[in-house]
Amino acid sequence: MDIIRQIEAEQMKKDLPPISPGDTVRVHVKVIEGNRERTQVFEGVVIKRQGGGLRETFTVRRVTYGVGVERTFPLHSPKIEKLEVIKHGRVRRAKLYYLRKLTGKAARIREKRF
Amino acid sequence: MQKAILGKKLGMTQVFDPAGKVIPVTVIEAGPCVVVRKKTVEADGYEAIQVGFADVREKSVNRPLAGHFRKAGQKPRKYLRELRLDDTASYEVGQEIKADVFAEGDLVDVTGISRGRGFTGAIKRHGQSRGPMSHGSHYHRGPGSMGSIDPARVFKGQTLPGRMGGERVTVQRLQVVKVDSDRNLILVRGAVPGPRGGLVTVKDSAKAVK
Repeated sequence: MDIIRQIEAEQMKKDLPPISPGDTVRVHVKVIEGNRERTQVFEGVVIKRQGGGLRETFTVRRVTYGVGVERTFPLHSPKIEKLEVIKHGRVRRAKLYYLRKLTGKAARIREKRF
Repeated sequence: MQKAILGKKLGMTQVFDPAGKVIPVTVIEAGPCVVVRKKTVEADGYEAIQVGFADVREKSVNRPLAGHFRKAGQKPRKYLRELRLDDTASYEVGQEIKADVFAEGDLVDVTGISRGRGFTGAIKRHGQSRGPMSHGSHYHRGPGSMGSIDPARVFKGQTLPGRMGGERVTVQRLQVVKVDSDRNLILVRGAVPGPRGGLVTVKDSAKAVK
């Protein structure tokens, strides 16, 4: 394996849960406030995964007080303390940009049946 | 220049810093270099050390060079460069220079030969802007005006198309993010001149705050 890949592999998390677009996840993010560190939880629907390897990121969307909020996290970021999958959603595309136009009942995603 | 080392640019990637921020880094395989010859004021008029880097087969160096390496008691190397260090007295012929001469947090200058772009137009080479591509403009990517007509000539230094790249470039004040002395690696923040596999010289920064 070439050295660049090695350096990347060393930093990659090996215990990530399988997440895919449509899943509802809870992301525990470390936030530094002044000199105190605490954990913030961001819960929402994964609308995309982008990039590969160490550079991979995923975007989580949630609607709070009627305002859509999307946050993009590097998948292997040490700032992410924990990543929980609450529901696996059944969707038919990789990028769920159509959710941005939908609200309320229409923005629901069916749960995956196994 | 207090310390310097030759290396090979391996490419770029990213690392996470302790705060979780992404830092773009260039990975340089630095050393081990070996001192092949010392230049002295008495013999050569100036002080420097000549170092070799990257092992190469006996066959691929010519006989004068092979003799030069034999005299130093060294295997032949691909690159032979002079480093004009302030203090050459502390180096002996045959001594190895390894990546650990630099430490995390050091500021360094990196010199390399930039990628050759060949004959390029004024837009790519000098950052000029392009004309409208349509509506009958007839002026697309040309170099524009050559200046006023009064001097009846074009002044020297007029930005025109020509060869770009393939020249010696130094990037100053790059931060060393990580040093891996087991694998002879130096990770430097930001970009470094040259293609992957190109020879680069890493030296302590001329502008570092002492």
